Amino acid sequence: MKRKHQRMSLLGLAALAIAGAAALILTAFEDNIVFFHSPTDLVTKEFSPTQRLRVGGLVEQGSVQKQGDGVTVRFVVTDTAESVPILFKGILPDLFREGQGIVAEGTFRNGVFQASEVLAKHDETYMPREVADAIKATGQWKGDE
Amino acid sequence: MTAEIGHFALILALVTAVVQGVPTLIGAQRRDALWMALAVPAALLQFLLIALAFAALTKAFVTSDFSVMTVAMNSHTAKPMLYKVAGVWGNHEGSMLLWVLVLSLFGAAIALFGRNLRPSLKVRVLAIQGLLGAGFLTFILFTSNPFARLFPVPIDGQDLNPLLQDPGLAFHPPLLYLGYVGLSTTFSFAVAALIEGRVDPAWARWVRPWTLASWAFLTAGIVLGSWWAYYELGWGGWWFWDPVENASFMPWLAATALLHSAIVSEKRDALKSWTVFLAIIAFAFSLLGTFLVRSGVLTSVHAFASDPTRGVFILALLIVTVGGAFAFYAWRGPALKSSGVFHPISREGGLVLNNFLLTAAAAAVLLGTLYPLILDVLNAGKISVGAPYFDSVFIPMMVPLIIAMGVGPMLNWKRGSLKTATYKLKWAALIAVLSGFGVWLAIDRASALAAFGMTLAAWLLLATLYELADRIHLFRSNPSESLRRLRRQPRARWGMTLAHGGLALLIAGMTASSAWKTEKIEAMAAGDTVTLAAYTLTFKGAEQVRGPNYMATRGTFEVQRGSTGTPFILHPEKRVYDVQGQTTEAAIQPTFLGDIYAVVGDTQDGGKTFVTRLYFNPLVPWMWTGALVMVLGGLISLSDRRHRVGAPVARRQPGSATPAPAE
Repeated sequence: MKRKHQRMSLLGLAALAIAGAAALILTAFEDNIVFFHSPTDLVTKEFSPTQRLRVGGLVEQGSVQKQGDGVTVRFVVTDTAESVPILFKGILPDLFREGQGIVAEGTFRNGVFQASEVLAKHDETYMPREVADAIKATGQWKGDE
Repeated sequence: MTAEIGHFALILALVTAVVQGVPTLIGAQRRDALWMALAVPAALLQFLLIALAFAALTKAFVTSDFSVMTVAMNSHTAKPMLYKVAGVWGNHEGSMLLWVLVLSLFGAAIALFGRNLRPSLKVRVLAIQGLLGAGFLTFILFTSNPFARLFPVPIDGQDLNPLLQDPGLAFHPPLLYLGYVGLSTTFSFAVAALIEGRVDPAWARWVRPWTLASWAFLTAGIVLGSWWAYYELGWGGWWFWDPVENASFMPWLAATALLHSAIVSEKRDALKSWTVFLAIIAFAFSLLGTFLVRSGVLTSVHAFASDPTRGVFILALLIVTVGGAFAFYAWRGPALKSSGVFHPISREGGLVLNNFLLTAAAAAVLLGTLYPLILDVLNAGKISVGAPYFDSVFIPMMVPLIIAMGVGPMLNWKRGSLKTATYKLKWAALIAVLSGFGVWLAIDRASALAAFGMTLAAWLLLATLYELADRIHLFRSNPSESLRRLRRQPRARWGMTLAHGGLALLIAGMTASSAWKTEKIEAMAAGDTVTLAAYTLTFKGAEQVRGPNYMATRGTFEVQRGSTGTPFILHPEKRVYDVQGQTTEAAIQPTFLGDIYAVVGDTQDGGKTFVTRLYFNPLVPWMWTGALVMVLGGLISLSDRRHRVGAPVARRQPGSATPAPAE
């Protein structure tokens, strides 16, 4: 095995690994990126009912209701301009409460957001940045600025 | 007073770090023995000073000295002692102090245990450690002083985030930092070697134990964090591809690659330039992780500091450190000629494949972690890259790696025969395929992918065991000869067998728990029954219980396997802390085949009906066991006497079985 051959085979292997990785990454990006939208976006734009989305906003005061089955929760998130109802089955995160910022992931169908996941951060003072920006975009932000 | 002592100690540590870094480097260049002699005492002194500062902060936490701002913000008199101590690093300032403490600990360890290092190399390694320390001490003193005073002094503190009040998380940061920051040693070794323009097998031999130690700690730290997420977050999952998890996983991937390429550099004097590159990259990932977590640029479940000046400072440190190292690499790297030549089908070839796949995987994780940030900066939309991306990129890259892991150790150095290796492993492959097929038939919900995962796990385990059996001539020689050979196996080989075998268990656990998890979400009143996999869970109601600094809603489940098993009790809790926040404490009963996992949620009718979330997570205990076995493998390999030999030893005479003398 000459040094030159060794280098060539190493380079070949590296090129193969990089090409494979790039192909994997590109296809995965195409299928698996989830875009964040504000409630205003959801109300004003069109979405396919199968597309996975994230929505974030403040949970409206007094909007949290248990549904008949005892485990599904319905609540409304708002960016202060528009609001969207969310349905979620399961136990909400510990830091979920009315007035708090949350992010939900799921699909938007017939005006209702079906969440498969609800995220609230592990920090009392937390407002997800996407939520803060969405509220700032409506001009209603009364935060740190 | 204590806080001021701590603060002064930190300032002195900064001065010492500069002394450790600057005159020593000049001295090493000029071969000035006096200046070079500064390195060792400075490294030890820097460690002592930072340890003093750390002790001062610990005292402030233990005695609840709320005149210190960090303590007031993150502690409380009613908090149990363990969490008062763990609270020292449960906040930004304290965790950065722990960071530099670990950094200086490694510096001191090199000063103490590096007696056999070439003097110029040792001085330069210590100098680089000193410069790193100086950078981070400056960061602490100017942007995150843990000893800042607060006036007026509050009556009581704001308490530690209750999610962090947990034994798993108390030890997660120290272990993780020992791994993360431990990679600074290999970085310093790499930069020092580049300054000298000399990388030889002796260098690789010195680097290996430090890589191994960091790798073992990093593995333990990541697993502890994952375990914590599993039982504390109450979602029944153990890995979320969260940016902060990725921040610790990328250095792990790079360290694993480094661990393997350093072997080639040591044994075969090849891949030298690549090993040096990996050593730099691994620590660069550690710094990147620190930046991501500490700057708060990512929306993540557990990034707790978000202050732009801190982010910018760490980013600057990252750029200077990594940029500087790469500049050296560009300058000196081409001079690093490897002498070992090898055929692609050889042990080296296998390790090269391992390295390509691991670095490609690390790059994919990096891209997925940073992509949302990049788009955000470019104002191109807000996106999240979640588990589906990582699963569909990461898993296909791991498949060839795991297949190769079975074959690689069977190949000879320099030139191996794929034919011989595959011939030897035919039974392992056959049994693995059959067991995957068996799983596919036996479990009615088995997807082909999950069955393939189990095949890979079985393949790795069997091939690893076969390799051990082959080495000790099991069934080929008489049993006493095999036993003799078994005892003579170097510990580093045991380390490999354990680490690879542990990974096999880990893969089985990960595959099974992802593919065959059973989940039930029910509203339950006392007396209600739910069937979960082979178990029947009866809800016995919930009561209010008082803890040291919280009130808990404590549910009681009676669980029975089938109709004849011995019943046992599970007590999940939902805790509301007096000062702030609430947590979910899942109750978990591990069994050989899986975990029974129960969470109790809110009540809607004043304490009669509760929302409950019940899981059967198959083979999760295998996962934790596998990870522990991997760590154990790392530690056993670390204890190999050969690692402690300082200078390169002449190749042992064939046939002589005496181990090389230690020290």
